Amino acid sequence: MRQVLEFEKPVIALREKIAELKKFTKDSDLDLSEEIVKLETRLEKLENDIYTNLKPWDRVQMARHADRPTTLDYIEHLFTDFLEFHGDRYYGDDAAIVAGIAKYKGQPVTVVGHQRGKSTKENIRRNFGMPHPEGFRKAARHMQQAAKFGRPIICFIDTKGAFPGRAAEERGQSEAIARNLMEMAGFEVPIICIVIGEGGSGGALALGVGDRLLMLENSTFSVISPEGAASILWKDGGKAKEAAEKLKITAQDLKELGVIDNIIPEVRGGAHRDLASQAELVDQAITENLTQLEKMDKQVLLEKRWEKYSNIGAYTE
Amino acid sequence: MLKDFFSKKKHASKPSEEAKQDIPEGLMLKCSSCGKIYYREEMRKQLYVCQKCGHHHQLPSDERINSLFDEGSFLEYDTNLETGNPLEFPSYSQKLEKDQLKTELKEAVVTGEGTVNGFRTAFAVMDSRFRMASMGSVVGEKIARALEKAREEKIPFIIFTASGGARMQEGALSLMQMAKTSAAVQRFRDAGGLMISVMTNPTYGGVSASFASLGDYNFAEPGALIGFAGRRVVEETIREKLPEDFQTAEFLLDHGQLDAVINRHDMKKYLTTILDIHQAGGHVS
Repeated sequence: MRQVLEFEKPVIALREKIAELKKFTKDSDLDLSEEIVKLETRLEKLENDIYTNLKPWDRVQMARHADRPTTLDYIEHLFTDFLEFHGDRYYGDDAAIVAGIAKYKGQPVTVVGHQRGKSTKENIRRNFGMPHPEGFRKAARHMQQAAKFGRPIICFIDTKGAFPGRAAEERGQSEAIARNLMEMAGFEVPIICIVIGEGGSGGALALGVGDRLLMLENSTFSVISPEGAASILWKDGGKAKEAAEKLKITAQDLKELGVIDNIIPEVRGGAHRDLASQAELVDQAITENLTQLEKMDKQVLLEKRWEKYSNIGAYTE
Repeated sequence: MLKDFFSKKKHASKPSEEAKQDIPEGLMLKCSSCGKIYYREEMRKQLYVCQKCGHHHQLPSDERINSLFDEGSFLEYDTNLETGNPLEFPSYSQKLEKDQLKTELKEAVVTGEGTVNGFRTAFAVMDSRFRMASMGSVVGEKIARALEKAREEKIPFIIFTASGGARMQEGALSLMQMAKTSAAVQRFRDAGGLMISVMTNPTYGGVSASFASLGDYNFAEPGALIGFAGRRVVEETIREKLPEDFQTAEFLLDHGQLDAVINRHDMKKYLTTILDIHQAGGHVS
């Protein structure tokens, strides 16, 4: 059963109505085709209205949609010869992050991404895509290797955040994230980071420092979850909708603030409606950006990366 | 009385509930750990370390600077950076203004350079009296600039951290300060610079998960609470009771996350030794 989001209900209702009429036409002598055409025009308009005017909270729902494509979905569509490798060599293997090598249109690349599950069982195995330190360290290990062998790095970001647990703290969650931020600033290979779902705080950023930070149209990227912000600011987690607006977490807002470089459009109704077409849109964005980055000399690449980050912020002097 | 609350007294700021207990206003101070009563001046002379139980209370940034740098050697960097309200977040500007009045600081970090027993070094001191020293654009920018300055001048960089984390009211702009400061550390390290991080109570979230953890040496003051997620969040997530010393400096030391825990009274001598050893190695000029 496909998850239905609150704001989509009118669309779903209308679609069902059309299907019903079609069935009725088929089963009886009554010709309702004129009526059906009318409703289909209305549906077209309604979909257009709803999906082009999504509010931040609607996008949060979209970014969290159970069927939303994950890192492994995109890997399957975008790369060939993907080999997943495991473990951080210090403690364990964190299933909340997948990493490995592959070919992108014939070119060797390293791919790293958060991985959540689509079913409860898989979500438990993957800790809902919330990494422990060993996940970030696994990512670091693969990115170091990419730098060594001169492979571009493609990162997929899709996490509520780093896991806030006892073991994570004991094994140095802060250090693991900090080290990734620092090292990613210095790898002498192109790094493209794409937010495909939720981009939650430090745990998202730990795979998000690179030459390009791109966001899918209905993904979010935020310093804190809307629920978390609402409960801290107004002592009311129920005001999440309001917090989602105030925090400016949508791709559109973040492009305006200069936090991200570009927005990757989504198929109408959201990425989960048509994975193949969505993967094509992601593909175009990777090709376009990779082509630009590969023309750059290593030193220029690093200098531009530094410039990009040193320019983010709002202050007067 | 509300009026009393806003009255200007040199070290009588009230950043949080905890700190209110730590340092009550007036002539006398009470140790928040053992309850011993001190004259304010006596406590100040002891760098706010309780003589009876050794508890390290919050130390205002100016007194931290005075306690470490040779007299008259202190030069402050970037005094003119002003925080805006980029997201037009409700009541953010008023909160900033209130803390500016209360602390006589413009923002939550003071950066600059000075000499420590003759060793020239750049530094940053975060001051938790100002918005819990959360990191927004100005905090990130000042720290990044101080690191760049240290890189250009080829001098070591010492940071005293304290922070509740990223500053929510600046949204993703504050999150990105983690990337900016960490990238600045990367450039500084790449140039061979020596960075020392001393974590003071409390160091959490976006600060703990960026420059605070990126020193060549990571130290902490006794009893300082340090972590990524706060204790309450962790407890609610795993639904089990945490040990009493969870996330204390000593707990982190036990778990291999720190190089050493250093008493505030020994800090200057300790840092001097490190600076001396590194200079002898030719890595800092």
